Amino acid sequence: MTGNEYTDIVKRHTSPNGRVLSILEEIQRKYRHLPEEALRAAAEELNLPLSQLYGVATFYTSFSLQPRGEHIIGVCHGTVCHVKGAARVTAELEKKLGVSEGGTTGDGKFTLESVKCLGCCSLAPVVSIDGSVHARVKPETVDELIKSAIPGGAPGD
Amino acid sequence: MTEGGIKHRVESGRDLQALEKKGLELLYPGRPRIAVAMASCGRAAGSGRIYESIGDELERRGLDASLVPAGCPGLCSREPLVTVLEPGKARIYYSGVQPADAGPLVSALAGGEVYQKRALGAEVEDRLVVTGRQIDLGPPPGNLGLLADLDFYRPQVRLATRNCGCINPFSIHEYAARGGYRALAEALAGDPSGIIAEIKKSGLRGRGGAGFPTGLKWEITAGSGHDEKYIICNGDEGDPGAYMDRSILEGDPHSVLEGMIIGAYCMGARHGIIYVRAEYPLAIKTVGHAIAQARELGLLGENILNSGLSFDVEVVMGAGAFVCGEETALIASIEGHPGEPRPRPPYPARQGLWGKPTCINNVETLANIPLIAGRGGDWYAGLGTAGSRGTKVFALVGKVKNSGLVEVPMGTTIGDIVLGAGGGPDGGRKLKAVQTGGPSGGCIPASLVDLPVDYESLTGAGTIMGSGGMVVMDESVCMVDMARYFMTFAAGESCGKCTPCREGTAEILDILDRITQGGGRPEDLDTLDELSRVVKDASLCGLGQTATNPVLSTLRYFRSEYEAHIKDKHCPAGVCRNLTVYRINPELCIGCGLCAEECPGGAILGRDDQPRVISQESCTRCGACYRICPQEAIFFTGRGMPGA
Repeated sequence: MTGNEYTDIVKRHTSPNGRVLSILEEIQRKYRHLPEEALRAAAEELNLPLSQLYGVATFYTSFSLQPRGEHIIGVCHGTVCHVKGAARVTAELEKKLGVSEGGTTGDGKFTLESVKCLGCCSLAPVVSIDGSVHARVKPETVDELIKSAIPGGAPGD
Repeated sequence: MTEGGIKHRVESGRDLQALEKKGLELLYPGRPRIAVAMASCGRAAGSGRIYESIGDELERRGLDASLVPAGCPGLCSREPLVTVLEPGKARIYYSGVQPADAGPLVSALAGGEVYQKRALGAEVEDRLVVTGRQIDLGPPPGNLGLLADLDFYRPQVRLATRNCGCINPFSIHEYAARGGYRALAEALAGDPSGIIAEIKKSGLRGRGGAGFPTGLKWEITAGSGHDEKYIICNGDEGDPGAYMDRSILEGDPHSVLEGMIIGAYCMGARHGIIYVRAEYPLAIKTVGHAIAQARELGLLGENILNSGLSFDVEVVMGAGAFVCGEETALIASIEGHPGEPRPRPPYPARQGLWGKPTCINNVETLANIPLIAGRGGDWYAGLGTAGSRGTKVFALVGKVKNSGLVEVPMGTTIGDIVLGAGGGPDGGRKLKAVQTGGPSGGCIPASLVDLPVDYESLTGAGTIMGSGGMVVMDESVCMVDMARYFMTFAAGESCGKCTPCREGTAEILDILDRITQGGGRPEDLDTLDELSRVVKDASLCGLGQTATNPVLSTLRYFRSEYEAHIKDKHCPAGVCRNLTVYRINPELCIGCGLCAEECPGGAILGRDDQPRVISQESCTRCGACYRICPQEAIFFTGRGMPGA
């Protein structure tokens, strides 16, 4: 993680439209968070105040200043998932993973998040694991779900 | 999933015809065509494995068939959906297909039969909405009804979703074969002001929520004298419970692109941006692919169709902020700032992205444009009501039997949608309310099922059209909890710039939290009402101005439920845990012990076949026993109710 790597990312995004978002998105994807040095390097390269990038980094929920887990488990809390028991799914995952919503397991393997709406409302409640959406999740089967979605991914292993 | 074929530029009507011809060969290939619905909803239901299994079976049997991905045909609750079209026969829709069905399905196909086990309905003709042309497929099989006769599809008129589930979204040829890009070619040969006049005549209003007349917006932007203008497609579909924009972007991306190119011509814009929320990775990928295809064929770029029009489109991915659906916040986001709205005027049509005139249209709005440009404003205005023309796509979701995307003419009643297309609440429960408009909307009680769905009627009933979310609620849903849910959402998404929204939503949420936890006070209802009105009147942008609608509408129609929470410490739906006490009726309990097995807290006492008792000290009031009891011997009551 050198300043050059960050600068290279900045240089790849040439269109002015959505430039800051797409740069931070790439850094977030690659490093699982936005390291301070990355924000500093990007601000310098873009010739923007660091405060602006910090503002963006803390405004949008996609970004995190703390490292996120290797695998992101996002429980959908859209309206339909809410009325169909998303809270019970989250509670069960909190128990299984030993973290509360928004937290990352001690081994850095999992982050448990609440997501706003994945647009799969007809199949609620849904859970997204590393970007792929799983339908009609039951609290009783979250264990199996994680195991099948993430090879070797049994929580607590 | 890219396709070969024509690589040279499309420069004339004749080139477009070649594109169309190739597309028709793909859509009606002279051998079986199997399409698997692989939008996000289909994939979540496992369509990826179905696609692979069918591919394997075809190979194993050496059956010559075309296997393609398609978008979502709308009936998401019956995913995974697969369609099979054989030459000269009706198209068969299959629902609930599992990987194990691949073998028998392909085997039935090899024998020229219908695989009855999963057959849903037949389609005997394809109507190309853009041109009005009809293609007859073949007679339906004797023992299968028509898809169009199913409750779910009967009231539908699919305009904006005309190609979703039908074409391969990665094929520009198939889009052209459905009449795509024809309206663009005709538009480019004519006068921009003529097209704007048609759009004004059509009565099309913005489908993203606010319902501003689209033609007028185009006219203002066109008249904003500047050499540089932008057109933005707003795909930041943030309303939880609405996903028609995702479905269109994933199932028919070229319809949105064509709408944008026509807009660019009418308004003199050179740059286009499609802003898609980060939660929709497949939509981003599909649209990106469509842009690359259109560029390759010269339908984007310099001198489109030799008309002198130069226009290109890029995708910007959001980063998780509901407020970015508001147009000035969306612009701030594209410019690299936090998504905070600014006061209007100046409106973006005069001063938008980078200070230049900018037209922002929603996905569904743009998907309608090629139809209006192609068939005229009068044709489109022939559907719907006086103030709300055309059709609207609704996400019919929640506690309803047939759940998915339904597109109906404006003015269709709530009942026709929820009880008709939706088949009513699942499991024979009673309809309690219908929530429209997401966090900006409100709850309509079951007594208003005859309310026509149009902009004016919904507003009159205390809710809004919004982007078209329609969440069905039965008796098991607590209306105070719903208000609290939406207020949690609004308070969390409030950008914090203006005080009424930032402080007001937090204060209202505090009160609702207290009520749902048993600390409600009689004066709370008046405070809620007054605060909600202040936030509505005094907030800077649409988020705050509508954020309290869920509270105001539930207070209006379900006041007694609030009162039960406050006075009786009773949640009639049994949702608010702190107010709910579970009991076992010893006369109904058969001592099967299922509840004890299910109870996570070990709160159920008793043994053998004796009636069980719940220890109130250990009970976490999760309701697991209530849901599992086969005898309905377990019931709940309010903490403050007699006998609790």
